[in-house]
Amino acid sequence: MTLALVLGAVLAVVAVVAVARPFLREPAAVSDTLDEPGELERRRLSLAEERDRALYALKELEFDHRTGKISDEDYRSLVGPLRRRAAEALRALEPRAEARHARVARPG
Amino acid sequence: MAPLGRAALLLTFGLVAYALVGGSLAAWKRKRRFAVSAQNALVASFATTLVAAIVLWAALGRRDLSFVYVAQHTSKSLPLGYALSAFWGGQEGSLLLWLLVLTGYAALAVLLNRRSRDLIAWTVPVLGGIAVFFAFMLAFVSSPFDTAAAPADGAGMVPSLQNPYMLAHPPMLYLGYVGLTIPFAFAMGALLARRTDERWIIATRRWTLAAWTFLGVGQLLGAHWAYVEIGWGGYYAWDPVENAALMPWLAATAFLHSVMIQEKRGMLKVWNVTLVTLAFCLSLFGTFLTRSGVVNSIHSFSQSPIGGWFLGFIAVVTVFSVVLIYIRLPLLRARTKLESLVSREATFLYNNLLLVALALTILWGVVYPLLTQAVNGTTRSVSKPYYDFFLHSFGLPLLLLMGIGPLVAWRRASLRALGKTFAIPAVCAVVTGAALLGAGFGSSLPGLLAYTFSAFVAASIGLEFVRGRRAAGSLLRLVGRNRRRYGGYIVHAAIVLLAIGIAGSSAYQTVRERSLRPGQSMTVAGYTLTYESLGTRQLQNAQQTSAVVDVARGGSHVSTLHPGKSWFPVEQSASNDVSIYHDPRTLGDVYTIADGISKNGTLDLKVLVKPLVNLVWAAGFVFVFGSLVAMWPDAVEQRRLADRYAAVPV
Repeated sequence: MTLALVLGAVLAVVAVVAVARPFLREPAAVSDTLDEPGELERRRLSLAEERDRALYALKELEFDHRTGKISDEDYRSLVGPLRRRAAEALRALEPRAEARHARVARPG
Repeated sequence: MAPLGRAALLLTFGLVAYALVGGSLAAWKRKRRFAVSAQNALVASFATTLVAAIVLWAALGRRDLSFVYVAQHTSKSLPLGYALSAFWGGQEGSLLLWLLVLTGYAALAVLLNRRSRDLIAWTVPVLGGIAVFFAFMLAFVSSPFDTAAAPADGAGMVPSLQNPYMLAHPPMLYLGYVGLTIPFAFAMGALLARRTDERWIIATRRWTLAAWTFLGVGQLLGAHWAYVEIGWGGYYAWDPVENAALMPWLAATAFLHSVMIQEKRGMLKVWNVTLVTLAFCLSLFGTFLTRSGVVNSIHSFSQSPIGGWFLGFIAVVTVFSVVLIYIRLPLLRARTKLESLVSREATFLYNNLLLVALALTILWGVVYPLLTQAVNGTTRSVSKPYYDFFLHSFGLPLLLLMGIGPLVAWRRASLRALGKTFAIPAVCAVVTGAALLGAGFGSSLPGLLAYTFSAFVAASIGLEFVRGRRAAGSLLRLVGRNRRRYGGYIVHAAIVLLAIGIAGSSAYQTVRERSLRPGQSMTVAGYTLTYESLGTRQLQNAQQTSAVVDVARGGSHVSTLHPGKSWFPVEQSASNDVSIYHDPRTLGDVYTIADGISKNGTLDLKVLVKPLVNLVWAAGFVFVFGSLVAMWPDAVEQRRLADRYAAVPV
């Protein structure tokens, strides 16, 4: 019983220290704010996802075409728009485009 | 040591309650240190739960009968392995296993995703909230650490649970059931954080696949346990508790497919969060069915007070999820549309509808008797024909879709291209179907269709590998660069084996029963079984009586079987000891059951010849292999994702 109580108390102390650790390590943190993606970052992320999706779709289209799942006619009609989408997403992700978007998003 | 177990559970409760309340406040007020503190609480809760689990395991190992739980589920003569497995043999212990796996998973998820601060901040309180329920149940409602004066001996363990499969089957199922908590928590965390990008899907992709694999393997282990232990000759009886594991697996299967459409096309966001919620709620419902004793099943525990709590919790989770999804609907709208009803994504959609329809019809079959009991006071059971009807109606088209999907291109496919890709699988299917019909397999239409569709799927998978290898240059490069796709195809091959095994062993099995005196024989499906003698032997905690049965085929001896019965004096219970001959030529079994053994030596022998049944178990190995291929990390993709999220505090 006594051993159980001692072990229980040790466990409780360890648990409390673990929970309090962020405050013990940084008693007076310079910044205590949880990062949150801003509008620009969310847009960048959305564009990166769009770019990856377009590039992946192109890869799939090429593969489907090579394995005979898609006809030459369908391939030709699909590849153009997909390349355009990928190019647009890549252009939009360029640093200059981001900066331009940031200026538009924060007028004045 | 019981006080240590109780203290550890109370600490767990405090820690997860802090993770819930503190984590919510931290995420709401955007407090970094507070959020990290809540994450630490969740990690620490695993350590305290582990201490509680060790205390219980130690008590079981020592057969400390002063623990009420130990006295109820073990006895002094019970072998050590089974005594340790009693951890999940009773209600309180299995709830502790739930909590142990949950906190373990939660700790791992936190440690792996600490850099995704924004997402994890809201995921922690969701995980904490779920853990609070289980910790509360264990600390205040149904504790495994209640003590009393130790009896002279324990009540022992139900004989059917004294089987090596019971060492692995329940933990495997729990790893699956509880694993579905992680994608659910991340999905809810993403919605709470207003994050409707793909981050939560990427963070949980392997979790979902792992949970789904565990659940699948757990069910197969359970099926094999039922096959070798229960002694009725089958492996799945549409028992409510068996269904309870199948339903979340079906919902998770649908999710694994539909999530690919979100990743590739940015569509089905609402459907995906709904599916992940459905899978999690069904896993909770499965736990409720097993723990509450609300249904009569060989798997369920006796009537207990936890049923109401469970129903309340399921209701809270369902309402919370539905309201949250509804509130976030504007953020979940897709900007792209399905381009054609003949496309890969469309076949995924059809597959989803069939999987969900199958899961919901099974759910209705499970719930209906409970509802009639609650409303009329009389139980109207739902039996095998109901389930078989829906399995055939939804399962066979699903099997066919498994073959169609890989042959259809993404976005849209023309009829000419379809004709080209479908030709070989279609010919294989037609030839197989015609040959089987000619060979007399038309006695079962579902069986014949299952074989025919299986041929179509097998040919379609084979063709995918051949064409893919030709396009990629080598098989290794092909699979290495597309692990999820080709791992998925291997899993599909496992499902084909499963379908063939199930069809063969159920639609085309032969069953005979006869009373035999020593020296007499019976013939079943080409096998001659001769009852030779009867013998008894003393096991560690049981007395076994078994017959010696010679099995011959074509006049030649092939095996000697020993069907019998065991009597467990402590448990005051008997079990059937089946004896099986695995025929390597037919991949089937000769399955013998000693239905009755008279004092005068007469044996009531039941014999089932089950063609191709071993493919069901072989499917398990292929399934695990395919899942591992799909799960294996892809360095190129990891780099691409790292680049995608590099500059965003996600």
